[in-house]
Amino acid sequence: MTAAQVTLSLQRLIEAAQATVAAHAEELTALDQAIGDGDHGHNMVRGFTAMQAAAAEIAAQPFGKALHKAGMTLVMKVGGASGPLYGSLLMAMGKAREDAPTDSAALAAVVQAGVEAVKARGKSDAGAKTMLDVLVPVQAALAEGGGIAAVRSAADAGLAATKPMLATKGRASFLGERSIGHLDPGARSCALLVHAVCDVLEEE
Amino acid sequence: MTDTVSIVIVSHSAEVAKGAADMVRQMVGEEVRVAFCGGNSEGGLGTDVAAILEAIQAVYSSKGVAVLVDLGGAETNSEMAIEMLPEGESENVRICNAPIVEGAVMAATEAAGGSSLTAVCATAEDFQS
Repeated sequence: MTAAQVTLSLQRLIEAAQATVAAHAEELTALDQAIGDGDHGHNMVRGFTAMQAAAAEIAAQPFGKALHKAGMTLVMKVGGASGPLYGSLLMAMGKAREDAPTDSAALAAVVQAGVEAVKARGKSDAGAKTMLDVLVPVQAALAEGGGIAAVRSAADAGLAATKPMLATKGRASFLGERSIGHLDPGARSCALLVHAVCDVLEEE
Repeated sequence: MTDTVSIVIVSHSAEVAKGAADMVRQMVGEEVRVAFCGGNSEGGLGTDVAAILEAIQAVYSSKGVAVLVDLGGAETNSEMAIEMLPEGESENVRICNAPIVEGAVMAATEAAGGSSLTAVCATAEDFQS
């Protein structure tokens, strides 16, 4: 992939991410109203709209610096815990690699660095009804050399698995047993973003 | 003047943050520096990393800064802000695991006596039990 192609991809990825977040804002908010504080959709739109506004500037940077800047934009703009969580994901991915990964093993390593950062930031892991229930299986699918279809189904299965889970992290944990039976809004936004990335990769 | 630990109050609500800071000032006085912030960057409920960073830096003391937070995102965003401080300052800033209003008053009372950051946080955290 040439530098110009990477720039183009990053810009398309940001546009696709913003579009999916905006299109599903009400759904994310409704999920968050059930088990959180009802601001996830609005917060994500604020963050990704700011990222979109800076897309040209972000995409002009090499891969590592671009992801760092994109992550920092979310940290500064989202206004809820998802800002530092998604921000740390992108910043750690950017820190893991200066240039865009060119094969699936390198991509799996980059995503692994991001997932570890989310675990550290959230003091959590898969199984607690959070975005990690999507991220961890997605990373595992990548590490196993799975293609786009495998990544998509890992995201969907991970998201679906949050429904019967008891939340032990974040606001939803205050609800205890009542958190059972609802999809986790963070896992939902994460699955949406995974699909958006897959859509862009499929176009190319 | 900067010989005491400072207090930073971070709430999802600007009014809660201001109210807690007012209580600290009235009950403890002016010798402990208190900063507060609340609300997201659009003025709605939430927390804002940039505002937290600004609040910490406004009252930063090498003696230490105790940060009191309310719910989830306030803690995550405060942790992020602390990591973003200039090199050498982060280790002097700590989040107290205590209720925001009572914790802020207890922390400031302890700080007014010239106690260390560890003692200030311990006093605020003990109040829970």
